[in-house]
Amino acid sequence: MPSSALAAATATEALDRVTVRFAGDSGDGMQLTGSIFTESTALASHDLSTFPDYPAEIRAPTGTTYGVSAYQINFGAQGVLTAGDAPDLLVVMNPAALMVNVAALKAGATIILDSDAFGTRAIERAGYATDPRGDDSLAPFTVVELPITSLTQQAAQPLGLSKREAQRCKNVWTLGLVLWMFDRDRAPIIEALRTKFRKAPEVAEANVAVLNAGHAYGETAEIPALRRLPVTRSLPEPGLYRTVTGAEATALGLVAGAELTGLDMFLGTYPITPASPMLHHLARLRDWGVTTFQAEDEIAAVCAAIGASYAGKLGVTTSSGPGIALKTEALGLAISAELPLVVVNAQRGGPSTGLPTKTEQSDLFQAVMGRNGDAPIPVIAARSPSDSFDAAIEAVKIAVRHMTPVFLLIDGYIGNASEPWHLPDMDTYERAPVTFRRPDDGTGAFDRDPESLGRQWTLPGTPGLEYRIGGLEKDYSTGAVSYDSANHQRMTDLRSGKMDAIARALPPQEVCEGPTSGKLAVVAWGSTYGPVHRAVVEANRAGRAVSHIHLRHIAPFAPNLTDLLAGFDTVLVPEMNTGQLALLLQAHTLRKVERLNKVTGQPFKIAEISAAIESVLES
Amino acid sequence: MNAPSRLELTNKDFESGQEVRWCPGCGDYAVLKAVQRLLPMTGLPKERHVFVSGIGCSSRFPYYMATYGFHTIHGRAPAVATGVKLSNPDLAVWVITGDGDGLSIGGNHMLHALRRNVDLNILLFNNAIYGLTKGQASPTSAPGTRTPSTPEGSIDAPVRPAAFALGAGARFIARAVDTQQATLIDVLHRAHDHKGASFVEIFQNCIVYNDGVYASFTDKDVAPDRQVWLEHGKPMRYGKDNDKGLRLNPRTFRLEPVTIGQDGVTEADLVVHDETNDTLAHMLAMLEGDDAPVPLGVLYCAPTTSYDSTVAAQQAAAPRRRDLNSLLRKGKTWVVQ
Repeated sequence: MPSSALAAATATEALDRVTVRFAGDSGDGMQLTGSIFTESTALASHDLSTFPDYPAEIRAPTGTTYGVSAYQINFGAQGVLTAGDAPDLLVVMNPAALMVNVAALKAGATIILDSDAFGTRAIERAGYATDPRGDDSLAPFTVVELPITSLTQQAAQPLGLSKREAQRCKNVWTLGLVLWMFDRDRAPIIEALRTKFRKAPEVAEANVAVLNAGHAYGETAEIPALRRLPVTRSLPEPGLYRTVTGAEATALGLVAGAELTGLDMFLGTYPITPASPMLHHLARLRDWGVTTFQAEDEIAAVCAAIGASYAGKLGVTTSSGPGIALKTEALGLAISAELPLVVVNAQRGGPSTGLPTKTEQSDLFQAVMGRNGDAPIPVIAARSPSDSFDAAIEAVKIAVRHMTPVFLLIDGYIGNASEPWHLPDMDTYERAPVTFRRPDDGTGAFDRDPESLGRQWTLPGTPGLEYRIGGLEKDYSTGAVSYDSANHQRMTDLRSGKMDAIARALPPQEVCEGPTSGKLAVVAWGSTYGPVHRAVVEANRAGRAVSHIHLRHIAPFAPNLTDLLAGFDTVLVPEMNTGQLALLLQAHTLRKVERLNKVTGQPFKIAEISAAIESVLES
Repeated sequence: MNAPSRLELTNKDFESGQEVRWCPGCGDYAVLKAVQRLLPMTGLPKERHVFVSGIGCSSRFPYYMATYGFHTIHGRAPAVATGVKLSNPDLAVWVITGDGDGLSIGGNHMLHALRRNVDLNILLFNNAIYGLTKGQASPTSAPGTRTPSTPEGSIDAPVRPAAFALGAGARFIARAVDTQQATLIDVLHRAHDHKGASFVEIFQNCIVYNDGVYASFTDKDVAPDRQVWLEHGKPMRYGKDNDKGLRLNPRTFRLEPVTIGQDGVTEADLVVHDETNDTLAHMLAMLEGDDAPVPLGVLYCAPTTSYDSTVAAQQAAAPRRRDLNSLLRKGKTWVVQ
């Protein structure tokens, strides 16, 4: 058990990093508490990374361990890349939340618990044989017991709320207390509460009163374990910042990609966890040329997007693994018809319905290979919430330049997690406006750009260019249905040649930390970026020469990847699956790679990567 | 390509020149011909028509039209067509589908295209058989149909396409017979002019796997006594001698065939067709039996706002913004000095 910085903290020496976890019933408002605290953390100029961890059930039966919803945030000085391996401060609203989360704590961590929620039945319901407050299971920690429910009631009831309504504000009381602990400005939080409850001003004012009560409690209670804790602020690059989740950054990146290519965007989608937030963000962006269509199913969603691309919009579909499985046949149609399409997969745990709200990287094979026929699709992956923005723009550009569907892989962790985002200046982004085929340009619908192999995008409604297309194999030049054997070979070569064309246009794969050749390269993709990068940085600080290579492009790989990896004695591939990238890398580079696989529905901890690095270096 | 020449189009202008590959004698030829004869009458130039199809014999249709066309995947044509129509509402979007494509594998998309009321002209070629896969029973095959997949005769109850469409909330439902060109073209014309989803069931003969499936009401010698052509505002009258009609039986709430002059029946007893009446449409859609005529023509037409027009209006009302920097900077931001 690593030990908590909180235990040793003094009032004068600032902590570099603190990890806080709020946990309670799924109806206790833990996600709201966490997201408001995140906003406050960003405004206090800390670097941060978050991890919302919630059950698939909307309101699971109260007091059960499977109904526990948690929100973890790691913040402090610059360079916070993960939500933290182990919390320093755990706030629990009931015994079940304690039961589920206590094992992850650092030694010496502080636990704040609502003693009103620790009745005999609730304790039994959580699966405790005896009250954990009475045995030595909590001995390694500092436990602060507060009657949070009654304190909340006292603060809220004078404002006219019923007992039940008042109790529902207990998360806000807790928030007030934690804001005091980290010396935060309450004004923007009060403003946020008033905005959130603007339709019910009495509820807004009650929440403000409760927040202030929690804050005042910290100020006046004189409980030694409740101390103000200074935390180092971050000194990031100067500029304008906001917080962003991966879902929102992806949505914004798609809109930006459409604008940079001169297109309006059409999203065909179907609700699925954890992809739905992308729809929610895009549904509000009609002003930016976005049409959203909530279809009857995943298949209709992708088919409508393909129809939109056929008619000249940027067709986009968003989903998660099970939904992508349903779209598979239609992806083949988009390949065959040579139409642009962006397919975003917010990966979750599988197989089948699997773990809807947890995170995994196990849909890589599905993206790279999961279709009938020789049906290649380029696959790119985002590595963090804010990185999803640029990844989405790149997906759009590849789709329209090469007239192909493109997979953009994010995952449940990236989608839900938030981090500060240094806002880019969009005027510095290269525009690549699409040119549609014109009646007088002397080309055919199946003429292709010799470099990109993208065909002429020909829009219905254009006089004189009427043409037919479909999923039957077509003649290379005329597009007419063709079962000719030599032609099928040629079309198959065209489709795989397109992947080569995309590879030629890629920037060389770079090493993002450590030397460009040497003993060990840790090669990763997607949301493992944070823990891998921190582990490699720490290894280098400890005098070990280790390199981190993070892949954005998985299909095709950057052309220099084989040579780059040849410069390392050992290649270690950590993945939240059973070794999918590892297998692709071995097949591509014909070299052996070491694997580190974790499929628990939870992100890697830095310590897990560090241990694997040590183990490889020692062997 | 200039405007005046477009107005003088003929059926030949809508032939793509690709060799038509249906079996000789297939009812699909007749529908293709009817559509090619209709399109010059719509007044729209060729480039404004898009034919979207699924999979099956009839779904080869777009290849034979000199318009824009998209031969998609099995059952999904209504979904692809919805994306096309929402992206360019100026296009006349036709969906070509069959009983297997549109009511079996694609039944869900049909349901939702109809209830959303997307402005699509949906032509369902109903031959009550799977032709392209060599003759298995389809969801509209009559019970007992012997096929390679149902050697003892099919045992499932068939879907009634018009009743399905009505239940889905379709606002335009019509029927026609492949070989009856004049009325087929009339129905297609009405479908084209209707704003919103138009559902047309075409009784189409598969000469190879289900020949004569509709002979009991389409053969020339029996057709006049077994078909009633519906006209809005006119009594439901039919028959070789024009002496038959449909009357509402108030006890059973059903339409029943009667003969004028028998049992004191006069034309005044016949039901006058009101194509805006959904209750009547349901009775017509469900009318079956050896002695009952098959209602043809427009069973139901009650236009309402189409989905695509609402989407277009929402977009027209939204200011078109392009400043990405302002998009990214909405909400709470902070400056690091």
